[in-house]
Amino acid sequence: MRFLLIEDNANLASAVAERLQLDGHAVDHAGTLDDAENCIAAADYDLILLDIMRPDGDGRTFLQSHRRAAKSTPIIVTTARSEVSDRVSLLDLGADDYITKPFDFSELEARCRAVLRRRGGVAANRLTVANAVLDSTAGELQIDGVGQTLRNRELRLLEVFFTSPGQVFSKSYLLDRLFSFSEDVGENAIEVYVGRIRKRLEPSDAIIETVRGLGYRLVARP
Amino acid sequence: MRLACFPAAIIAALTFLNAAAAFEIEERATYTAPNPQSELRIISTADREVFEPILLAFQEENQTVSIDYTIASTTELMKAVHEEGEVFDLVISSAMDLQTKLANDGFAQTYRSPATDALPDWAKWRDQVFAFTQEPAVLILSEKAFPTDDFPTSRDALIALLRDQPDRFRGKVGTYDVRTSGFGYMMATQDARVSENFWRLLEAMGRLDARLYCCSGAMLEDVRNGDLAIAYNVLGSYAQAQLDDRGGYRIVLMSDFANIMLRTAVITSNAENVTDAQTMVDFLASLESRPDLVAASGLPAVDADALQSNVALRPIRLGPGLLAFLDRLTRRNFLRNWEASITQE
Amino acid sequence: MTFPPLTRSIRTRLFLQLAAISALLSVALFLVVRGLAETAAEATQDGILAASATSIADALRSEDGEITLDLPYSALSMLGTTNDDRVFYKVEVNGETLTGYDDLPAPADPPTISQNTFATFDYRGDEVRMVSASRTVSASGVPSNVLISVAQTRLGLAAISQRISAIATGVGLVFFLVATALSLLAARSALRPLKEMTAAVTRRGPADLRPLAIQPPTELEPFVAALNTFIARLRASLLRSEDLIAEAAHRVRTPLATVRAKAEVTHRKLNKPEHKQTMREMIRAIDESSRSAGQLLDHAMVTFRTDSLATEAIDMGELVRETVARLEPAADLKDATIRCTIPKQPPHFTGDRILLQSAIQNILDNAIKYSPDDSDIAVTLTAADTIRLDVTDQGRGFGDSDTDTLKTRFSRGANVDDIVGSGLGLTIADEVARAHGGTLNITRNEGANGACVSLVFPLQ
Repeated sequence: MRFLLIEDNANLASAVAERLQLDGHAVDHAGTLDDAENCIAAADYDLILLDIMRPDGDGRTFLQSHRRAAKSTPIIVTTARSEVSDRVSLLDLGADDYITKPFDFSELEARCRAVLRRRGGVAANRLTVANAVLDSTAGELQIDGVGQTLRNRELRLLEVFFTSPGQVFSKSYLLDRLFSFSEDVGENAIEVYVGRIRKRLEPSDAIIETVRGLGYRLVARP
Repeated sequence: MRLACFPAAIIAALTFLNAAAAFEIEERATYTAPNPQSELRIISTADREVFEPILLAFQEENQTVSIDYTIASTTELMKAVHEEGEVFDLVISSAMDLQTKLANDGFAQTYRSPATDALPDWAKWRDQVFAFTQEPAVLILSEKAFPTDDFPTSRDALIALLRDQPDRFRGKVGTYDVRTSGFGYMMATQDARVSENFWRLLEAMGRLDARLYCCSGAMLEDVRNGDLAIAYNVLGSYAQAQLDDRGGYRIVLMSDFANIMLRTAVITSNAENVTDAQTMVDFLASLESRPDLVAASGLPAVDADALQSNVALRPIRLGPGLLAFLDRLTRRNFLRNWEASITQE
Repeated sequence: MTFPPLTRSIRTRLFLQLAAISALLSVALFLVVRGLAETAAEATQDGILAASATSIADALRSEDGEITLDLPYSALSMLGTTNDDRVFYKVEVNGETLTGYDDLPAPADPPTISQNTFATFDYRGDEVRMVSASRTVSASGVPSNVLISVAQTRLGLAAISQRISAIATGVGLVFFLVATALSLLAARSALRPLKEMTAAVTRRGPADLRPLAIQPPTELEPFVAALNTFIARLRASLLRSEDLIAEAAHRVRTPLATVRAKAEVTHRKLNKPEHKQTMREMIRAIDESSRSAGQLLDHAMVTFRTDSLATEAIDMGELVRETVARLEPAADLKDATIRCTIPKQPPHFTGDRILLQSAIQNILDNAIKYSPDDSDIAVTLTAADTIRLDVTDQGRGFGDSDTDTLKTRFSRGANVDDIVGSGLGLTIADEVARAHGGTLNITRNEGANGACVSLVFPLQ
């Protein structure tokens, strides 16, 4: 996904951008609302992350004008404010969703996914390997036209494989991608989930191959 | 009441010095009660015959009260109470002016009761002088002298008659000697006050050698026995009472005006038996409710309605006005004029 | 006029003061009326006395060289027309009594030909009022000075005086009653602006800190101005507090966000499991502190808000759905499914929407946090004899550790030092429940893991 990150705190901005890029996303950073306008005019973004508390004027005004301009780019507002006030008004103003700082990036990803799914009309993110089509927006695996709705972790796991077919991913890496920091899970948890997606992929020609000592990779059945 | 103490004290002192009664008593009667516990001393101008029914009826209702009833003329009565300080409980007199003066000069005491409150305003003064009869002054004509219905009913007519027929009436007209009769004086002054006719009548009578009397009784007697043809200013109640008994004369209530005398009772300020005196006042004040006594005594009770029906009836007003003619000078002047008119000397 | 304050009610004090003034005025009116009337009555009596003396004087004449008098009947009878007073008179010629009551005293103030004089004194046991007139009468060419005195007792006057007093009392009383009634109305009417002001202030919602826009009476203008200043100060203070809290949130969370992002990056880049473990622990620590900070700030906000609870009509069903939708992504992350049961006719509720949403969110958040993967969380809204929201999770862990977790999970952080565990979120929910007249209940699931957290409100 291509993100526009509107954040005035430079340190935070670079940290967030770096983290998102780890997951393979492209991130443009705008420090001011003027910069943001320029970026929006110049390029198309899948999603805008807007820091609502800004020194150069409240991000609310930007939010309202962005919505009024009928630009269709979804906006997720990042806020450090207390959750008790403001939030309803943010959504009323035109934000698609909001997330409080500091946020968990898996949660951010999940919210992005949800927002995009709600918006519809966005070019579906479909990844194909052999006769298996993964529609990450819809959260669906289609094999020869027959769809299966995926659970969240299954979807995320498949997304990792389908985004880079043939690439080997270590258990450790997959753990990082799948489980939050609050859970202490062993690598056998990965084995469980790999088993599940293997089951899903059975009717298809795509298989998850175990690479002994290194990890797993997705390949088309030869 | 301190009011009468000062003069009463002096008079009492004088009386002490003059042990014997200096006033003239006409009659004195005692009525002992069946169960005597107290004595009521009355001095009155009313004849015993007239008043006795009332006294007896009172005693029937108040069996413990004995009555000492003294009769005197109006002037003697006044002398007794006002000047000599004689002690009586109740003073009953036909001389309204003298009674008024008694009260005015502090010789009366105040008494109020439902019976006295029921009397009309003109029948009492200061709640000290109580009227219990209303008796008109009338003209008496002997039947012999006036056999027909052709007789004068007004003073004008009477004056005309006397002037026109002097011989018929010479020496045969009579009236009160106001020099000696207090009642007579009062009636005369009231007459004079009301109408100029009084003096003309007096002169007319004077030219005919009018005869002068002390009292109504004597005048009626002379009318009956033929000595008088006309008696003027006779007390109507007496005349009525005697007419019923013996007849012989005609009573004429004059049509121009007829003065009404109110017989009054006064409780003296130095009364000893105040309680019984008050009871008697109540009894007298309710005379209207005892038609039997009215009939027996011949005294008409106080009756406002009767007065309203005849405009010629003029009740004499109780009040300080009556004192005017008691004034020494005024009285002297009046008597002088009266004498000059009636005696034609 | 200052009176000791018998009562704290302005209206009563005003009324009492006005009533006291009316009483004084009534008494004054009574005295004036009586005084005037008595003066008039006495003047009338004096007039009649003077007329009587005059008529006697007019009747003086000389006869045979002597002064004589025919006392006119009317001279004395006129004195008896309106009363039963005793009458005394004396006519003196050159100092010697001609006729009348000899012992009638001479006037202290002798009259002149043109001016009668009056005197009041006791005579024969009663108080009398006497008029004295002077005339000159000639007898045999010699002018003589004649003094005419007429006196009358004053009982009739006393009777009139009593009648006047009664009437004056009546007038005074009526005046007093009417004035008192009017002063009651006046007091009430004068205080009406206060009532209206009170209504204007009461009508305001709890968060309405706009200045009063009413037009108060002149006397209350300083008060309203002071009130508005106070409101403005309060608003400023509240804004400052809100700003402070927001500022605190911002200042605490922004650096934390930076650290966490960087930590995630570092964690991804590290290979050694023990290093990765350290990073994970670091991130967890950041998460906990951020969560706690957030909840502390929330708690402060909630406590503040429950003092001035907003009351609006809330569709509970819609509120629950919204909150569930908000937290779904978080549940999704661990394949936990939230199953929502809401009645077709959701119950209507009056309360503070933001606080209720916060309460529901905290409960649900807690349930999600402690749910194992692939588990169900049941959210049920019912309206029977109470309005009830049950959030049931399937818990995590077994046996004793489950109890420990349960304990930690639900430890009520009333004291801000006790920030181990996520209990503060439930403390918030508990406070919100109580502010709305309801309760927060926690029950362990029978024969299964996990717990059920319920918000119970009375029907409205």
